[in-house]
Amino acid sequence: MIKIKPATLSGKLDLMARHGLSRLVPQHLAAETLLGRPTYRENGTLSSMNKIYPTAQAALDGLLTDGLLIAAGGFGLCGIPERLLDAVRDSGVKDLTFASNNAGIDNEGIGKLLRTRQVAKMISSYVGENKEFERQFLSGELEVEFCPQGTLAERMRAGGAGIPGFYTKTGVGTSVAEGKETKAFDGEEYVLERGILADLALVKAWKADETGNVVFRKTARNFNVPAATCGKVCLVEVEEIVPTGSLDPDCIHLPGVYVQRMIVGVPYDKKIEFRTVSEREAA
Amino acid sequence: MPWDRNQMAARAAQELRDGFYVNLGIGIPTLVANYVPEGITVTLQSENGMLGIGPFPSDDEVDPDLINAGKQTVSELAHSAYFDSAASFAMIRGGHIDLAVLGGMEISQDGDIANWMIPGKMIKGMGGAMDLVAGVKKIIVVMDHCSKAGDPKFIPECTLPLTGRNVIDMIITDLAVFEREDHNSPFRLVELAPGVTAEEVKQKTTAQYV
Repeated sequence: MIKIKPATLSGKLDLMARHGLSRLVPQHLAAETLLGRPTYRENGTLSSMNKIYPTAQAALDGLLTDGLLIAAGGFGLCGIPERLLDAVRDSGVKDLTFASNNAGIDNEGIGKLLRTRQVAKMISSYVGENKEFERQFLSGELEVEFCPQGTLAERMRAGGAGIPGFYTKTGVGTSVAEGKETKAFDGEEYVLERGILADLALVKAWKADETGNVVFRKTARNFNVPAATCGKVCLVEVEEIVPTGSLDPDCIHLPGVYVQRMIVGVPYDKKIEFRTVSEREAA
Repeated sequence: MPWDRNQMAARAAQELRDGFYVNLGIGIPTLVANYVPEGITVTLQSENGMLGIGPFPSDDEVDPDLINAGKQTVSELAHSAYFDSAASFAMIRGGHIDLAVLGGMEISQDGDIANWMIPGKMIKGMGGAMDLVAGVKKIIVVMDHCSKAGDPKFIPECTLPLTGRNVIDMIITDLAVFEREDHNSPFRLVELAPGVTAEEVKQKTTAQYV
């Protein structure tokens, strides 16, 4: 187990200054303790497996160039990699293609990168209410490839699983199948869809251990798993990094083999698109 | 009297069977959950990665990590399960979901459906609709019989871009219910809303049915 030393005020201020944090939570102290901590192999020799970075900016260092294809997790605003998207925006890279189920909303998620015109193309199933998106799409500044939601998830999964293409019934007889190869299996028609291999995968998860084994929380898992697997480099932001050995190996949603770099992204201000509640009668 | 939104949803709920796994679309289809017949248990699937959708949460139980496919906050049940989007659509595409209830803009007499885009208007995307109509065992469309302009929506051939070809099994409108045995059979008029005549339905339908 890792012990977190009770931090002094000056230590906390120093930590905040070094990582550009406006607020400090226990997870930052935990991550700081793990950061740069030598990782040892079972035989006691030093391992180079250190995936923990202090900030999103540091985690993205050396990975960003114009024109990248980025797979991003999230459904609506649920489970989006907020810190990593912010850091991509701040880096100023442009002509990006995003494979992402949605495009955020005005000034949230990928919406922030649309506002700064860093996105050239979206591969999405639903783009919802997003004024700036609409303006750029209608003016032809932004290219959009509409892809059925299940086909998009499977294209990511397939890409990450070494499958360059697959046949599906989804979209047969619609504009989605136009220009694509079709084939009959057992008397039914299927359309060939291509797997997606992204330059980068940006993922938001709940917890990770120090080796990058990841668990998600409730419906925030969504596209994060398929997106993670299809990235040549996968960056994960989590709410907490826990000591290796404290996650049940039977309950890992994304094994560490898929994860190259990670950060603690707290504090999160998780946005809700439609807050719906029901009146409960008092017991 | 034609059926109202709730009555259409209640009529669709009559198609639920005990043990069914069901996906409900946004709008009137969502209301179907309020009319599950007594004595049967159905499990609702949300394509963003959940089986066993519970009711809207109380104010203090709202969780941003727990939403349905309409991005509304929901709650979980004792038998709920979470999974990723690829697994979610594997169960949809793979035919493991028994029933989906969707809205529609146009349905053709051959069971084609158009419900995702209107040329010239802002396209928002098909979301999971194309996957659902292609993969779920039985597809019910709930829609108004005519458009706001009074034009029939159950027509010989769709004029709008398709969501799926030859995929619809049942149509429930505010006036009537149409059903077909299989995807090679014509739709049959099987039920009328109270006070609605077969003649009125005929007048407001350009599709061929029996």
